[in-house]
Amino acid sequence: MRVREGGEGTRSRVIQALLPSGPDSETGTFLLQVKELFSSLGVNYNILELDQIDDGAGIQEMLIEITNQKTVPNIFVNKVHVGGCDQAFQSGLLQKLLQEYLAYDYDLIVIGGGSGGLSCAKEAANLGKKVMVLDFVVPSPRGTTWGLGGTCVNVGCIPKKLMHQAALLGQALHDSRKFGWEYSQLVKHNWETMTEAIQNHIGSLNWGYRLSLREKGVTYINSYGEFVGQHKIKATNRKGQETFYTAAKFVIATGERPRYLGIPGDKEYCVTSDDLFSLPYCPGKTLVVGASYVALECSGFLTGFGLDITVMVRSVLLRGFDQEMAEKVGSYMEQHGVKFLRKFIPVMIQQLEKGSPGKLKVSAKSTEGAETIEDVYNTVLLAVGRDSCTRNIGLEKIGVSISERNGKIPVNDVEQTNVPHVYAIGDILEGKPELTPVAIQAGKLLARRLFGASLEKCDYINVPTIVFTPLEYGCCGLSEEKAIEVYKKENLEVYHTLFWPLEWMVAGRDNNTCCAKIICNKLDSDRVLGFHVLGPNAGEITQGFAAAMKCGLTKQLLDDTVGIHPTCGEVGNRRFLPLASVGGV
Amino acid sequence: GGRGPAGSGSSLLLSSLAGQQDYDLLVIGGGSGGLACAKEAAQLGRNVAVVDYVEPSPRGTRWGLGGTCVNVGCIPKKLMHYAALLGPMIRDAHHYGWEVAQPIQHDWKKMAEAVQNHVKSLNWGHRVQLQDRKVKYFNIKASFVNKHTVCGIAKGGKETLLSAEHIVIATGGRPKYPTHIEGALEYGITSDDIFWLKESPGKTPSPADVALECAGFLTGIGLDATVMMRSIPLRGFDQQMSALVTEHMESHGTRFLRGCAPSHVRKLPDGRLQVTWKDGISGKEDTGTFDTVLWAIGRVPETGSLSLGRAGVNTNPKTQKILVDSQEATSVPHIYAIGDVAEGRPELTPTAIMAGRLLAQRLFGKSSDLMDYNNVPTTVFTPLEYGCVGLSEEEAMAQHGQEQVEVYHAYYKPLEFTVAERDASQCYIKMVCLREPPQLVLGLHFLGPNAGEVTQGFALGIKCGASYAQVMQTVGIHPTCAEEVVKLRISKRSGLDPTVTGC
Repeated sequence: MRVREGGEGTRSRVIQALLPSGPDSETGTFLLQVKELFSSLGVNYNILELDQIDDGAGIQEMLIEITNQKTVPNIFVNKVHVGGCDQAFQSGLLQKLLQEYLAYDYDLIVIGGGSGGLSCAKEAANLGKKVMVLDFVVPSPRGTTWGLGGTCVNVGCIPKKLMHQAALLGQALHDSRKFGWEYSQLVKHNWETMTEAIQNHIGSLNWGYRLSLREKGVTYINSYGEFVGQHKIKATNRKGQETFYTAAKFVIATGERPRYLGIPGDKEYCVTSDDLFSLPYCPGKTLVVGASYVALECSGFLTGFGLDITVMVRSVLLRGFDQEMAEKVGSYMEQHGVKFLRKFIPVMIQQLEKGSPGKLKVSAKSTEGAETIEDVYNTVLLAVGRDSCTRNIGLEKIGVSISERNGKIPVNDVEQTNVPHVYAIGDILEGKPELTPVAIQAGKLLARRLFGASLEKCDYINVPTIVFTPLEYGCCGLSEEKAIEVYKKENLEVYHTLFWPLEWMVAGRDNNTCCAKIICNKLDSDRVLGFHVLGPNAGEITQGFAAAMKCGLTKQLLDDTVGIHPTCGEVGNRRFLPLASVGGV
Repeated sequence: GGRGPAGSGSSLLLSSLAGQQDYDLLVIGGGSGGLACAKEAAQLGRNVAVVDYVEPSPRGTRWGLGGTCVNVGCIPKKLMHYAALLGPMIRDAHHYGWEVAQPIQHDWKKMAEAVQNHVKSLNWGHRVQLQDRKVKYFNIKASFVNKHTVCGIAKGGKETLLSAEHIVIATGGRPKYPTHIEGALEYGITSDDIFWLKESPGKTPSPADVALECAGFLTGIGLDATVMMRSIPLRGFDQQMSALVTEHMESHGTRFLRGCAPSHVRKLPDGRLQVTWKDGISGKEDTGTFDTVLWAIGRVPETGSLSLGRAGVNTNPKTQKILVDSQEATSVPHIYAIGDVAEGRPELTPTAIMAGRLLAQRLFGKSSDLMDYNNVPTTVFTPLEYGCVGLSEEEAMAQHGQEQVEVYHAYYKPLEFTVAERDASQCYIKMVCLREPPQLVLGLHFLGPNAGEVTQGFALGIKCGASYAQVMQTVGIHPTCAEEVVKLRISKRSGLDPTVTGC
């Protein structure tokens, strides 16, 4: 049953057919045809004749289990089951398939070496496929570039969490005195030291990705990929040299890049999250524009370093998240020194002074009236959303449709675009969570479906996530707003509780701040539709709750589970009070 | 309720007089379980009394209402554990750009004061809560007079008789002293004292168990701590995890004297303590000088002074714990026991609280819900925290057979450790599952930062009957330590390297 790889160096295609060698019947005729076809194409093939070997019946049983096909012949091309003796093959599809398999340089080309793309590429390679990854970081308007691994590793989750940790350590230093630690009052934060340490770590991750691709035999090219034909791609390297590659299948995993405002001075003078984590100097007094989680996370840790931070918000905080929790996140930040300018948008950025950092004048106008304001900052960080990198990769040439509005790629439930041999995963998908673990999962499962015998689809329901604001916010499932929209208010019961982490009590930190909320469906035995927690280590807490929700968590089960004392996770076991009875506290 | 034969003249008189009892419910012991039960019963409209009395430790330490957890257990322990975690965090801070001038020192007095003040505020809070719910509180030492009556003696010797329809015993336990060791009682302290010390305990040896947590935080705040243990650490816990816990502690400066049993403790002229012990392996005697000797060799239930015989409540003669059924009822149907004093129950605060609350609901509400003692999660707050729920690998093998069990495991590196250049050799997770699909999860063991927070939700999952497949289908939260749990792909049986790399 195991298919051996062919000779080394050459592209070897192993084709195997498992056949009965009976003298009579249609299948006998088909056998001959298939053999002839293989010979005519000059492919390397094995035939296992089930009735001529020991335990042929046993193998046939296993085959049924694997392929669900009860009849023979049973044909595998390059470890993938392609079918048996049916009309499709007799009509020439097998021939076509075989020719395609043989005709391309690669089985799979992945465009984009981020979390999703790499995961898909590596899994496909694990399954014995010939895979190429194209990754190229177009420098940000400020000239920032980075290595292999995509947003998460270079300019997303990883540096963000580390800077968040740096800020938390500042808070820990503060608390530590209350717990008996003594040292000089003079504590300063050094941006350069931190950034260098973080960038060193990222460098090691970039290197690790290169190594793991090499180990798995994935070809990595540091070039910009662009479709030029249905199965053909143009790869342009840093020097502008063009190379062309072909593949049977493609996965687009190009992700997104920060959006600019389109106002005078934005690209010239502003930075985005693409630049912040490797900024060679401390940003100083900073205006953060936007209320996305990126905006709030960045303004949170920058404030933690002792910087003067203002967030300019057009409308709501953390759009798409539970708004009650979002407002609590915001008010905690406000209590801890972040200034908010609500209902304003910037209209112009001017440079007053060059330098590291320099001085920028920001003009902004109210979204509600004619009021305008001006202020001077050292740095302006834009975090107003992200745009899909789908408009300049030749998708129009091969007819892959994208959403006109946001550039996202619509796919079906197996991540397939409207062009059947082109797939898409990660942040560029329409209506899917923009999260690293989701892209990783989707990429891996896609590879298994394409090249393994798997049918498992990526489940985008109840995906947990975390916002690393100074007070961390973890959630899984529906926000209260979304739950009301889907299930109607009268069918829901919302429970919530406030809690005060033990360590905070002694440190004399904010009471009545941390809270947890669950949203239950009364029509379905109080099943938990949404879980929200605001407090230290919210991510660590939320993960297990997400697993429990995967297993159909209900309010009753929550009540029946013993807590771990004294932890914050214990909130799950507290008596959640119905929202109504606490009067909206 | 029926009246049994009374044990004394006075109680005979009492029971004949009492047509009605003073209270619907009397709770003996104002710890986590007792208070939860009392408050719940009061909430259900009943007339409730709580009696609580703290017998001073041999060193004279005493405390307020709330029991072990609040005063000499979980709460001060976790706070001192946190104080100790702050030490490495201050060192980490330097890697994250914080410039903190040397020297960095720790002041025991300041920490202890902060912790003690917090505990006192909790004592006060418990008093207020009882008052708010109209629960009568007596600071008296109780013993049974008969099946429905308890006599309490106050500090000054004044006696009070209280009778009740239902009585709940929730007196908990106290640390054991090795009284056969010369000088142990005279010079040693226990966990009853450590959190209330006014001065730093200095160089401290402490034999096993609660020992690991105490030795961990003492080392963490810069003291010289040695753990002396006769046999294995963390008995009853997964032994592979326990070994990793001690390995981590050893690599962070806690010293271990394995297979050693102390024989006597003497006070030296300079006030320090000389401990003599015998090495069980070499058979040799050895001595060492310490400032403090902390005994952490187990706990004994507080049943000795209750005169249980007068009420007819049976105990296990070996453990002295009270025998209970699934309803928490003792051999006397209207007398119940919950928490650490009950035979076969996990000695954990949240189980006692839940058992107490459910008991009150069964007695006075319309509930028939029993306490489920299976799959109770817990955390050991050693410097590297260890959280677990469900079966240990050994238990799973014993119950289901080695062939029927699949263990998935991984070594991982918390992201925060990378920049801080911390060693993550012992950060390890394992999930014990049935081998047959859908591979029901039997146990989860997590060693790493915030282990308690990580474990809690998975305990819920296990309660929901989680399978390995369901846990694997759960999307991770990136970047956290908890996400490593949903990425456990390597089985022990496969023999593959369980070291996690990359994202």
